Amino acid sequence: MNGKVVKSLREAIELSGLKSGMSVSFHHHLRNGDYTLNMVMDEIAALGIKDLTLNASSIFDTHAPLEEHIQNHVVRKINTNYMSAGLGHRISEGLMEEPVDFRTHGGRPRDISLGITPIDVAFIAAPAADCAGNCSGKVGPSACGSLGYAFPDAMYAKKVVVITDNLMPYPLRGWSIPEIYVDYVVEVDAIGNPQGIVSGTTKITRDPVGLIMAETAVKVIQHSGLLKDGFSFQTGAGGASLAAAQFLKEIMVRDKIRGSFASGGITGYLVDMLNAGCFESLMDVQCFDLKAVESIRTNPAHQEISAMQYASPAAASAVVDKLDVVILGATEIDTNFNVNVHTDSNGYIMGGSGGHSDTAAGAKLSMIIAPLFRARLPIVTDRVSCISTPGRDIDVLVTQRGVAVNPKNQELMQRLKDGGLPVVDINELKEIAERITGKPQKKTRAGRTVANVIYRDGNVIDTIKSV
Amino acid sequence: MGKIIQRATAGTLESSDVLVTLEPAQEGLEIELNSVVQNQFGAAILETVQEVLKELDVQDARISIVDRGALDCVIRARVETAVLRGEGEC
Amino acid sequence: MRRSMLFLPGNTPNIIQNGEILGADAVILDLEDAVAPTEKDSARILVRNAIKYMGFGRCEVIVRINSIDTDFWKKDLDAIIPVKPSLIMPPKTSCAQDVLAVDAYISQLEEKLGMEPGSVGLIPLIETALGVENAFQIASACKRVKAIFLGGEDLTADLRCKRTKEGHEISYARSRMVCAARAAGVEVYDTPFTDVNDDEGIYTDAQYARSLGFTGKSSISPRHVKAINEVFSPSLKDIDYAYEVMEAIRIGKEQGKGAVALRGKMIDAPIVARAQQTIQAAIELGLGREA
Repeated sequence: MNGKVVKSLREAIELSGLKSGMSVSFHHHLRNGDYTLNMVMDEIAALGIKDLTLNASSIFDTHAPLEEHIQNHVVRKINTNYMSAGLGHRISEGLMEEPVDFRTHGGRPRDISLGITPIDVAFIAAPAADCAGNCSGKVGPSACGSLGYAFPDAMYAKKVVVITDNLMPYPLRGWSIPEIYVDYVVEVDAIGNPQGIVSGTTKITRDPVGLIMAETAVKVIQHSGLLKDGFSFQTGAGGASLAAAQFLKEIMVRDKIRGSFASGGITGYLVDMLNAGCFESLMDVQCFDLKAVESIRTNPAHQEISAMQYASPAAASAVVDKLDVVILGATEIDTNFNVNVHTDSNGYIMGGSGGHSDTAAGAKLSMIIAPLFRARLPIVTDRVSCISTPGRDIDVLVTQRGVAVNPKNQELMQRLKDGGLPVVDINELKEIAERITGKPQKKTRAGRTVANVIYRDGNVIDTIKSV
Repeated sequence: MGKIIQRATAGTLESSDVLVTLEPAQEGLEIELNSVVQNQFGAAILETVQEVLKELDVQDARISIVDRGALDCVIRARVETAVLRGEGEC
Repeated sequence: MRRSMLFLPGNTPNIIQNGEILGADAVILDLEDAVAPTEKDSARILVRNAIKYMGFGRCEVIVRINSIDTDFWKKDLDAIIPVKPSLIMPPKTSCAQDVLAVDAYISQLEEKLGMEPGSVGLIPLIETALGVENAFQIASACKRVKAIFLGGEDLTADLRCKRTKEGHEISYARSRMVCAARAAGVEVYDTPFTDVNDDEGIYTDAQYARSLGFTGKSSISPRHVKAINEVFSPSLKDIDYAYEVMEAIRIGKEQGKGAVALRGKMIDAPIVARAQQTIQAAIELGLGREA
């Protein structure tokens, strides 16, 4: 039966029963190449539907048309885990009446599953789907690999619309999201621009400072006592983090260490580690490059996981809680080890937690890699302008001029000192930076609240003020 | 000493550098600052620029500073170079 | 201890300001080839300020000035000597007179500035055929010379041959330099390995230089520093042996012996001197213990 396939987005929206005041959701696997969010919102606006809550796992610069939908009251409220600088700047300038609610990649599925942020209609962009709505990100012209973040939307939304540019014969082989959740299927010309979806390759840094930090990061892992058979690891896609993965691979191969898994956003570097025997498995909630997409399609050891399995505190168990080591970035970190990844040095929104606080909470060793200063801006401050991840979850900060260990982790501090690492008090790192850069003028946190930062347990951990 | 006789520039727009442009002026100093760290270091940069100009006895000039996060010692160097060039010393 | 020396372009703030953390024992702030002729003024002021206001931590500071056949070298020294770098590297040094010209001008500046005479050393860069042939005269030209330095790129141009990764074309120059330096009692440093993407080749090249007797090696890429440091550090075996030598000497003295043997070999003065050097290096590297 082909009853689910509808002719147009408009028809799907009408059939879904979407009304003013309801909530719609989107995943961000197509990243800055996504066409679907704009397509759907334009159609919704044309239908005269207003006052919607937009629940998008991330919002990128390509979604700039949202500004108009906000001004026209089509969108009244935004729930998201990450917002890049384009819309972020406008939000910081006071574009919305209601504050944006920032969650984490684990907090979002938690709140969806608990009914705290119910979804009326989920729109799921799918690089491949069949007429019944079985869908996958692994094949098709817009292939993005894992569809991990779309699972809670599919499972808990009242109505689910799958949007695809690659309608395949039933039954789709290797589906990720099964037909049981899907109400309507719409075929469109293109769901995204492949160039913006995944990078051809993600490259490690050639910046000497980044390489120095990566080397130090790997020494920290070596001396932490965690690098042994069964080791589990996650790292971001930043240049220094990838370089660390590269150095780690060399050591694991040399010392024949057989790890358990690497998780999170997956790059070609982690695929190389899997193929070199460093890990038994990859637990993939999102693919960052073509090599990762190719691997998840062809290698059974490269496994797709849902956002719930990745990080939800409401799940019976989650991957992040089995992590030994996670390497994370920071735009700022304060002397209490609180980390900001939401706002830039002038207080404008330009990011979000993503899986930052989830992995930091779960991993045995949570490491921040950041240069002591960027241009002239010191990274270590007295108080971050926004707490994205609380300092209690951060164990160590690696900079190019020393390593600061959170005093709560005395064992690690001793291990690193014994290992000959340049362990420095974080207050001293701040002073070292300020001796080089000078002391920056304090910015004032005034203005009204434009965003709430909601920790993975549902509590508001900080607010972001208008600029 | 300190007489700016020609338009001169020093530095670059690379990250951690600063582009200083100096022009002759009739009376007094006119400093225009544009910095990526304006909020954090704007006042400090102006103070440094004025200090270097005073040391070099420059009393009349129009100065434009386009700063890409240069450290204080870099700003000093670039202003000094621009002054020497503007004086026709280089 | 100077195992590695890293060249940093003199007019590039974002590279200079991280110079001290790249792992090199010394940085060579370059006012010569890395700086365009129109930016010589700008670079010398920037380098002067970087040394004066920022410093390079535990890294020794060397400044490569422009050669004495240019209009720049005296201005370079005017700007740089007051901030007291450890060494000045004059390039294209071909004879003792070249060294003496720089020595004399630095002496003038030192006197004018009320600095201790001879406080700034020289590390002449030898990169011409004539320079190689005059290496001993250069190395022993004056007390200010602390070391000599081989520049392979310009040298091969002068020799009219191609610079290769294997470096057979500079093998004579390398050996001659080491011999000249040791005869004059100064240190000697090897030319950079120029393929920044060859992470294996740098080990081979550095090991070869060490086997010839070089004290250390320079680099144009931070990526090579680690390999150079590793190759030019004493091995744990060397260190253990050095301590054994010193222990044997101590016991020999206690027993009033004139000649001491270790593992069937006589320990003579050069062996003791080398053991002392190794222990000194080990202590600086944090690998040593009190002898």
